[in-house]
Amino acid sequence: MPPAIQAVGLEREFKGGVKAVAGIDIEVAAGEVYGFLGPNGAGKTTTVRMLVTLLRPTGGSATVAGFDVATRPADVRRQIGVALQEAALDPLMTGRELIELQATLHGIPPRQVAARGRELIERVGLANAQDRRVGTYSGGMRRRLDLAMALIHSPSVLFLDEPTTGLDPVSRVTLWDEVRRLKADGTTVFLTTQYLEEADQLADRLGIISGGLLVAEGTPSALKAEVGSPHLDVRLAGTDSLAAAREALGRFGLVRPTSDPCRVSVAVPDGASAIAPVVRALDDAGVLIASLDVVEPTLDDVFLAKTGERLADDAAAA
Amino acid sequence: MTRAVLALARRALRNVLRRPQFVAPLVVFPSLMLAANVGGLSRTTSLPGFPTDVHGFLDFQLAAAITQSLLLGGVSAGIAVALEIEGGFFDRLLAAPIPRIAIVLGRLAATSVIAVAQVAYFLALGLIFGAQIRAGIPGALLVAAIGALAGTGFGALGVMLALRARSASTVQGIFPLVFVVLFVSSAFFPRQLLQSPARQIARYNPLSYLADGMRDPIIHTVRATPVLDGFAAAAGIAAVAIALSVLALRGRLGDT
Repeated sequence: MPPAIQAVGLEREFKGGVKAVAGIDIEVAAGEVYGFLGPNGAGKTTTVRMLVTLLRPTGGSATVAGFDVATRPADVRRQIGVALQEAALDPLMTGRELIELQATLHGIPPRQVAARGRELIERVGLANAQDRRVGTYSGGMRRRLDLAMALIHSPSVLFLDEPTTGLDPVSRVTLWDEVRRLKADGTTVFLTTQYLEEADQLADRLGIISGGLLVAEGTPSALKAEVGSPHLDVRLAGTDSLAAAREALGRFGLVRPTSDPCRVSVAVPDGASAIAPVVRALDDAGVLIASLDVVEPTLDDVFLAKTGERLADDAAAA
Repeated sequence: MTRAVLALARRALRNVLRRPQFVAPLVVFPSLMLAANVGGLSRTTSLPGFPTDVHGFLDFQLAAAITQSLLLGGVSAGIAVALEIEGGFFDRLLAAPIPRIAIVLGRLAATSVIAVAQVAYFLALGLIFGAQIRAGIPGALLVAAIGALAGTGFGALGVMLALRARSASTVQGIFPLVFVVLFVSSAFFPRQLLQSPARQIARYNPLSYLADGMRDPIIHTVRATPVLDGFAAAAGIAAVAIALSVLALRGRLGDT
């Protein structure tokens, strides 16, 4: 099966010589959820805008659903659903009017417009608000309507550009559930996000973009494995047993230095299964444990390793 | 494409009605100007050179008020498109699988319907306050037809500005310059009463022919030359403005 999305050396240079996307290669298989992760200004939205035919590439090429974005943009638009950043909706229209307009623009036969609109409005839980103007909707409701509109023509490829930015946790989880449902239905989802947890939860594979370049790509677990193994973080009941603890833990793996005299950290490639032997060894050595945590590498660790900066701080600031 | 154009026109019309702050200026400002002109300058009809067969100064001024209102309709269309660009809704339309020119045509179709309503409003206002439409209902229909064409043209100018500027405040700032062109036309006073260089400018100003073309069925029975000139001016403005707005759309798509 041909890839749902394929970009080869994709570039976009703006006036003044600013290269927002500096030649990226992406391949997304049909039915895959591809997370596109990066901080503000990394080139995520520019990439999406090129893939959805809102922006012409200045270099390289890309196909979506088998059609070239530069030479067959109309065919691309027929195949894709797009929910852009900030849920660009007309505040003067009601939810029902907007979704019916979208259905009309996507060529859904007039007799099916109302039924299809109603079906999607209900699916995203907006049936009670469908006759209210969108200007009165909360951020979460707008995002859900945006998603419903993107799905009106049952697209084979769905682009979600930072769909949960600014949403409360409940709305975020609701949207995540919908993305999972779409994946189960076989829809290819290209999801840009600056939230590490979102990427971790939803994406089959991730691409990390920084400075307009794809700096890493792979499954979340493979990317995390690349930056190191899990480690056990042991907090001691007192400082007097630090040396004994280090000696005991040294048998399990590399003991990492910490600045806290009550803390010892040791790499454990087997993760949680190492807990019992470690506890026994520390007990045998007469070390009292205050707490013990298995710490898995995070996508932020991946991001730090690949780009030299942390994404978590950037996302929190957004 | 027709279905998309009609759907977008319907939406634009509905939104105009839902945004009274945009609709009111289309009629309020020209109505006030009309009242001020008729109230303060009605003795203009006694000036040598003013057409002697005009029923009253209100009859003469109606075409000026309509032209002014149609120009404001152009500003309104431009601001509406600029707001869509600023808010991102325009991108949503661009991402839809429709010919992109349908987005402009839908807006212009709505503008032409609004233009007919604007003409109807001022003709009704004139009749209420004692004006006569000498050419009767056919004359009123001719005024509406010229007005619809001109309104479409002004709407296209507004859309073109919005596509170039991408900012509602810029459209609002630039478009009033068009009013300068209206004041150096024969919309408010007969050309023969204007002084140089306004008289010379008015001679080549399409708004003169547009206003005269809409005025003639009001103050006379239908006469071919001014009405045809009015149609030609309105059609010319519409053709040039639509071409410019389509070019601006292409430019925007190229830039983005």
